Amino acid sequence: MTAITTRAVGSSPTRIEGTAKVTGAARYSTEQDHLGDVAYLWPVPATIAKGRVEAVDSDAVAGLPGVLAVLTPDNAPRLETPDDAELAVLQDHEVSYRGQFVAAVVATSLETAREAAASLHITYAEVPHDSELTENHPKLSKPEKVNPAFPTDTEDGDVDAALAAAAVTVDATYRTPPVHNNPMEPHASLAVWLGHELTLYDSLQGAFAAQQALAKLFALPPASVHVINEHVGGGFGSKGTVRLGAVLAAMAAREVGRPVKVVLGRQHMFTVVGYRTPTIQRVRLGADADGQLTAIEHAAIEQTSTVLEFAEQTTVATRIMYAAGSRRTSHRLAALDVPTPRWMRAPGECPGMFALESAMDELAVATGVDPVEIRIRNEPDVEPESGKPFSSRNLVACLREGAERFGWAARDPRPGVRRDGRWLVGTGVAASTYPSYVGPSTASAAAEPGGGFVVRISAADIGTGARTVLTQIAADALRVRVEEVRVEIGDSSFGQAALAGGSMGTASWGWAVTRAGERLRAALDEHGGDGRLEVHVDTAEEVKARTGFAYHAFGAQYAEARVDLDTGEVRVPRLLGVFGVGRIVNPRTARSQLIGGMTMGLSMALHEEGVLDPAFGDYVNHDFAGYHVAAAADVADIDAVWVDEQDEHVNPLGVKGIGEIGIVGTAAAVANAVFHATGVRVRDLPIRLDKLLGGLPG
Amino acid sequence: MKPFRYARPGGVAEAVRSGAEQPGSRFLAGGTNLVDLMKLGVERPDLVVDVGGLGLDEIVVDSGGGLRIGANVRNSDLAVHPAVRRELPMLSQALLSGASGQLRNQATAAGNLLQRTRCVYFQDVSKPCNKREPGSGCPARQGDHRNLAVLGGSAACIATHPSDFAVALAAADAEVAVTGPAGERTLRLDELYLLPGEHPERETSLAPGDLITAIVVPPLPFGTTSAYRKVRDRASYAFAVASVAAAIDVTDGVVRDVRIALGAVAPKPWRAHRAEDALRGLEPTASAFRAAVEAELSVAEPLPDNAFKLPLTANVVVSVLSDLTGASR
Ligand SMILES: Cc1cc2nc3c(=O)[nH]c(=O)nc-3n(C[C@H](O)[C@H](O)[C@H](O)COP(=O)(O)OP(=O)(O)OC[C@H]3O[C@@H](n4cnc5c(N)ncnc54)[C@H](O)[C@@H]3O)c2cc1C
Ligand code: SF4
Repeated sequence: MTAITTRAVGSSPTRIEGTAKVTGAARYSTEQDHLGDVAYLWPVPATIAKGRVEAVDSDAVAGLPGVLAVLTPDNAPRLETPDDAELAVLQDHEVSYRGQFVAAVVATSLETAREAAASLHITYAEVPHDSELTENHPKLSKPEKVNPAFPTDTEDGDVDAALAAAAVTVDATYRTPPVHNNPMEPHASLAVWLGHELTLYDSLQGAFAAQQALAKLFALPPASVHVINEHVGGGFGSKGTVRLGAVLAAMAAREVGRPVKVVLGRQHMFTVVGYRTPTIQRVRLGADADGQLTAIEHAAIEQTSTVLEFAEQTTVATRIMYAAGSRRTSHRLAALDVPTPRWMRAPGECPGMFALESAMDELAVATGVDPVEIRIRNEPDVEPESGKPFSSRNLVACLREGAERFGWAARDPRPGVRRDGRWLVGTGVAASTYPSYVGPSTASAAAEPGGGFVVRISAADIGTGARTVLTQIAADALRVRVEEVRVEIGDSSFGQAALAGGSMGTASWGWAVTRAGERLRAALDEHGGDGRLEVHVDTAEEVKARTGFAYHAFGAQYAEARVDLDTGEVRVPRLLGVFGVGRIVNPRTARSQLIGGMTMGLSMALHEEGVLDPAFGDYVNHDFAGYHVAAAADVADIDAVWVDEQDEHVNPLGVKGIGEIGIVGTAAAVANAVFHATGVRVRDLPIRLDKLLGGLPG
Repeated sequence: MKPFRYARPGGVAEAVRSGAEQPGSRFLAGGTNLVDLMKLGVERPDLVVDVGGLGLDEIVVDSGGGLRIGANVRNSDLAVHPAVRRELPMLSQALLSGASGQLRNQATAAGNLLQRTRCVYFQDVSKPCNKREPGSGCPARQGDHRNLAVLGGSAACIATHPSDFAVALAAADAEVAVTGPAGERTLRLDELYLLPGEHPERETSLAPGDLITAIVVPPLPFGTTSAYRKVRDRASYAFAVASVAAAIDVTDGVVRDVRIALGAVAPKPWRAHRAEDALRGLEPTASAFRAAVEAELSVAEPLPDNAFKLPLTANVVVSVLSDLTGASR
């Protein structure tokens, strides 16, 4: 071991597990070949949107060759009451949305389970349902708080007076459709019981929280539950907490006395894993003739299910973005007979900033002020609502850097006047933001007998490169080369840790890994040599002490849009994001997170929409032929860069989360570019050709 | 998936016999549509007759430039065949605009023609659908019909045929060669595909055991002046929301002959005979093209969410014919 001074943080090693992944050696959740005798579970979704299960006729399928068990609300093992009501699977006969799991078949092969599930006869008592969110829905009410714990409404100054007195106003309603979490790897669980000990291999964004939840559900001491999530094929928030596939797997494995695998089908992903709520957002802006804001109002309408209340924090970004004399934000929620919406990459900021940043563009048009300039003019000195100083805020620098790189200066503001053959061409800009959260975590570090170091933390690498960046961070803390450090993650037995959500992974785990590394280094320096030292750290106290500033990341996104004059087809040949996101630990994996977010934002802008059929109450286009995500050909010249940002207040590493900010603002940048290209303002996503066709210049 | 028997016949006669003997049997070619539908429970054959071992994978070009395309020729091989690209660019373009590279490598010519509709209700056995379950109803009319038919539908069904390839074949006057229990016959595409009427469950005039062995494309001298244009909701890997295959012959400043077929607007590839008739003898101008296609679309019966297909299709026809003839717009 040689202490070194060069730093690994800031360099771009490739993913540590990259070779294992591309060769197939890496084992994802349910690929545990060492387990023999695995059985397969296939769930049965409800075919009504509201009512009760009257009877499940299990007899006909229970006798089929290969069928091991049929789980129904009548015979399923009773669970303790979960904190997350979605997990109470098969605990009662209520049907609260179409597609809710009302039974499950366990069999010796997947095909048998699936066929038996399809032929299971279920009788329902159906009652009328209501699945359609509307602006004046009678069920709209004020939730107590919005996710995770923000005030529902805020008010600052006299908005109505300011609007009445404003030289220029914008008053527009924006709509975003339901969009669905579809990581490449669907939710996948494999449960094994050994006596009263449960091991769950699962595709989750946090093993520790899953262990706690399962222990509670099955009335076990936490130490009797072991959750392993070594490799995870994407999550986007939908795997943030343990999901009902895991509960079914654990329940069934105990029933049949064998390991049980549950891998959701793509169609299930559109109902049971949580999607982004549709939103109806009214934004009113008041400004003086120079575009200086005097009033901002942002009112969001959204839905939840009757199973549990999830209130997306759609307008919270509006509370921190721009200086204005007055401001009002609100959320109203209708509990409908729909699948439960949950977290999806940048819940709140993502749909909310589509509305706010579209409205800012409309204000720029109305005042004749350049869209970049109007944002700079409304830059606040402190966080508008709280009055707190920002730990760092580089929106203006991002806007300027982006304008320079994108070639914004020569832009002619007139909409609908640039043609290239049969294409109309335009450009647009929008701002991005995301909070810089951090959560407490524990970690351990040990010097290994044969040399080298091992750091253990219950982090999750959901494809982000977390394992790699934690190794870099650990190497720096230990002052050794990255090759000397092995970071083990994805295991609940490593103790409490933040989950891979809220873009807080690197900040939270990195903090704990830094402390563990530093402590081990100090102990080694003190005791000398390479004894068998192991240290444990917990950042709870330190994290709690972080206060006094407003912690957010910012960015600016620039888009070019081309719209076919004959057809209204939209293409986005250029997309540039410039971000102020603190210290970049690994430029390679950081860029990939940022352009990944932007790609998903582009996809939201142009393609994604869960199509509700109110007659059935579900999303009818529930596969990848019907639900479009951006394909490779839709993503042309896309790039993400960052401005230099030193932030000593945000956390010891000076990092801000980068997993979600990339999706924030993209859709507005694209919509603004489409307006500039065509003169047509599309206020309801996705921007599809049928919404443009009628309005294109002749 | 329902358990099924699997047969791999050694010759066409045996395949036809197996298919005819067992009601509800299905021929399996590339499987990219059939197997998906079997997993969803939409197709539930008792017997699957794999035609992959029958050969039928040659492309024969006759001296006049006509083509005989074996039923099992892969979409990707057909798309890049030099004679196809030379004689009928619209055919090659239609194939290449379909699905993805991987799917085209697997999909066959006959399988492509007989792929089923993408109507979301048809694909979801938990919902009613007259095509899948005669008499159960058609929820698409009140529900999701953005990509369903504006022409040729019926009260019972407004499904669209999803194939791109079939649209170009319709414009080319192609026929299919069929071997059935009663022997061999050829069917024009018009005769192969049925409109839904009161029986949307009957999509083609093929009977059990009828095996398509080849697709026959007669020579089309002006096929070299042809194009396929597909409009879709993303840049690639999406079914058409509207498409046009067209070939045109302009001699001495007038349209001597023209072929136009429309995709994604009807239960079958829609040959625009009215538009063709209207154009013959006229000067090739954008306004003539527009008037012709509008005549064709005048019989359309759009629904609220698919009415946009009318102006869209009209624009694309005008655009394709203008590009082919150099008419200014
Ligand atoms: C995600 C996705 C996207 C797609 N996008 C497009 C697109 O954009 N455009 C497009 O045109 N298509 C598209 N397709 C459809 C694709 O082109 C078809 O699935 C394919 O062409 C079917 O060919 P196959 O050989 O796999 O047929 P199979 O699935 O094997 O068979 C299809 C049907 O044809 C019957 N059949 C096959 N051969 C014969 C024969 N010789 N005689 C009688 N009956 C026969 C079968 O019994 C079956 O009913 C897409 C498919 C998918 C899955
Ligand atoms: S349009 Fe045809 S395929 Fe679609 S639901 Fe109606 S009957 Fe079924």
